[in-house]
Amino acid sequence: MSHDHSLNPETMPHEPEKATLEGKNKFIGFWFFLGGETVLFASLFGTYLALHNSTAGGPAGNELFGLELVFVMTILLLTSSLTSVYAIYHMKNNDFGKMTLWFIITIILGFGFVGCELYEFHHYITEYGFTFRSSAFGSAFYALLGFHGGHVTFGLFWMIALLIRNARRGLNLYNAPKFYIWSLYWHFIDVVWVFIFTVVYLMGKVG
Amino acid sequence: MTENTGSNKIDSFHKKKNKEEMQKQLISFALMIVFTILAFVVVATGMMDKMLVIPVLLVLAIVQVAFQFYYFMHMKHEGHEMASAMIYGGIWAAILAVAGLSTIVWW
Repeated sequence: MSHDHSLNPETMPHEPEKATLEGKNKFIGFWFFLGGETVLFASLFGTYLALHNSTAGGPAGNELFGLELVFVMTILLLTSSLTSVYAIYHMKNNDFGKMTLWFIITIILGFGFVGCELYEFHHYITEYGFTFRSSAFGSAFYALLGFHGGHVTFGLFWMIALLIRNARRGLNLYNAPKFYIWSLYWHFIDVVWVFIFTVVYLMGKVG
Repeated sequence: MTENTGSNKIDSFHKKKNKEEMQKQLISFALMIVFTILAFVVVATGMMDKMLVIPVLLVLAIVQVAFQFYYFMHMKHEGHEMASAMIYGGIWAAILAVAGLSTIVWW
């Protein structure tokens, strides 16, 4: 499929991600996937809401959570959402170099987020002895946060693979949908994080 | 449609369109940062009653998520009917799942 669809980059259509049938199918299919992901995360949120008071004598949320770190993580992920918007902006203007640069910035911010999250888990485990097995609250907390963090990590390696594979190809109608789909995934991860910092951390602090 | 007949480069019309789009996205980013800071400040200072603060936080989150979907993920553009159907279907099932799982522990 690859090279028969790669138009001259100078004459790129203005929505390169949906210019081919394959691109259109990826677009629809990916939104379908995101609908399913919504339900996956909803079941984890529901579990968390049901179990967050079942601490089994262990530490509770408002003793554990530190808002400063969560705020830093939120800003990192939100900013990385914006930088991937910039990348797609340059994709639509057919500027492969700038698109790559903004995706690399996005990845760096994403690794910053994962680093903070690992530090946070490490802190909970070593300082409070709060693990997946501590209580029902612990299991629900690490399942929800772990699924989200796993999605972030998967997304980072996905983009690294895309950048390496397409580094010498430039932008064409075959790989434009791939980059676009990744940006949808990345925004969706930020959507999930908005609910995590609201429901888990902020509402956990309130009590 | 003249996109593919031009001699080279993206035509200036679409360049301008993309630029306008980018400005809207920057504004929505600024608003999202403001809403985030607002949510953290409300909790950190404890300025609001517990009964009031949770609905406020949820509204701030929903507004932010709407910005993500409609501006960052382009759902306000045409050709996103299927995408909206998928996401709203997902949200519907999500509400049921959260409602079911969180009420089941009350009885």
